[in-house]
Amino acid sequence: MKTYYNPEDLKKFGKIGEFQKPLADKFFDYYGEVFAEGALTAREKSLIALAVAHAIQCPYCIDAYTTDTMEKGCDEEQMMEAVHVAAAIRGGASLVHATQMMNKVKEISM
Amino acid sequence: MKSLKAQHHRLSSSEEEIQILESDMPGFSGDRFASELENSNLFPLKPTQIEVLQINLGKMCNQVCKHCHVDAGPDRKEIMTRETMKECLEVIRNHEINTIDLTGGAPEMNPDFRWFVEQVRAIDSEITLIVRCNLTIILANPKYHDLPEFFKNNKIEVASSLPYFTAMKTDSQRGDGVFDKSIKALKLLNVQGYGVEGSGLILNLVYNPSGAFMPAAQSGLEAEFKKRLSDNFGITFNSLFTITNLPISRFLEYLLRSNNYEAYMEKLIESYNPVAAAGVMCRNTISVGWDGYLYDCDFNQMLELKVSSEDSQHIRDWNQQSLTSREIIVKNHCFGCTAGAGSSCGGTTA
Repeated sequence: MKTYYNPEDLKKFGKIGEFQKPLADKFFDYYGEVFAEGALTAREKSLIALAVAHAIQCPYCIDAYTTDTMEKGCDEEQMMEAVHVAAAIRGGASLVHATQMMNKVKEISM
Repeated sequence: MKSLKAQHHRLSSSEEEIQILESDMPGFSGDRFASELENSNLFPLKPTQIEVLQINLGKMCNQVCKHCHVDAGPDRKEIMTRETMKECLEVIRNHEINTIDLTGGAPEMNPDFRWFVEQVRAIDSEITLIVRCNLTIILANPKYHDLPEFFKNNKIEVASSLPYFTAMKTDSQRGDGVFDKSIKALKLLNVQGYGVEGSGLILNLVYNPSGAFMPAAQSGLEAEFKKRLSDNFGITFNSLFTITNLPISRFLEYLLRSNNYEAYMEKLIESYNPVAAAGVMCRNTISVGWDGYLYDCDFNQMLELKVSSEDSQHIRDWNQQSLTSREIIVKNHCFGCTAGAGSSCGGTTA
């Protein structure tokens, strides 16, 4: 079955430089630095990436960072809590706009 | 759960396993590992010196772990005889081996286990003597309850598998209830002083991934294990060794059954590290099978790949010179020891 997302395409990510090398090189250098141990551990960064992957609903990123978090020693409970953080922020982002709705209601109501 | 052997599973045949490991796959050939070693100027792979004698006292075990490369379990009856143990003692007495590493199955289930340990200690009171204890054996039967004290009296270093600091992940790999029993056993070892600072009694834990993925970095995971086991259970230990699962026996069966084999092999190959390759454990270890035959490592033992030195393939025929100058037999399963930070019975190697 032909689909827009093919798991095999994840392996080709490193080849995006084929069409524009300088920018790809800059991106991958940056990417590597971002995920290195720093003020945050590589493990913490991987859990953040897993949560963001769910927030932006990127199937490639979800596959990649599910494996990566497990390879960083995280367990299912920690991974699901990270996804709940993404869900809470996404849900909260909708709900916080309710204040705009409430403002408008009050503005046009007697 | 029965062993693959008791199930008459096709993967209980080492020929079948080797055939799978040597099959060409998209992206790599059956002799890919040898090619990688060649590129690293390490082929043919040769020993540095023989420092460690790892002795498999038998395949009998009280557990049936899903990833076990030995295919051990209660239905495995192969155990080392006292006669073969005596042949091992001769080698220990006459050669400069500095570490004896006893493994299984559950080595403690061999009826001559305690006799053998005491004989080794009588030969050399200082030699490092490791027992790979699965922890639950201590609680499996009253006759094993005093093992922690026996270990202490014989200055044994204990190395124990604990895949995670929670029950779910541990039990999914090692069987229902294993985590709770392991925690109880660890507490009994702590009571004897094992893993307690200043006691001199070493208790190391061994982590291996419970699935088709690579192990975490050893130092970070060790810190996490120490915190969780201390906070949640009051348990202390010395070091955590992270080990990569090798694609043989039950883990190979799992990889094939779950359609993870190709992706897992690709990952091991992509992660090949020449520094880890230079430090593989087979360069300073000889593995002794339950029947006395000699192998380059525990994994080659399970694949029935005897050492290449034809005049010294059994412990009774030990020829130090032949063994030290032999070529180590390598196949694609060896990628498991050279991936990333490397993997050995003592954890990472690079």
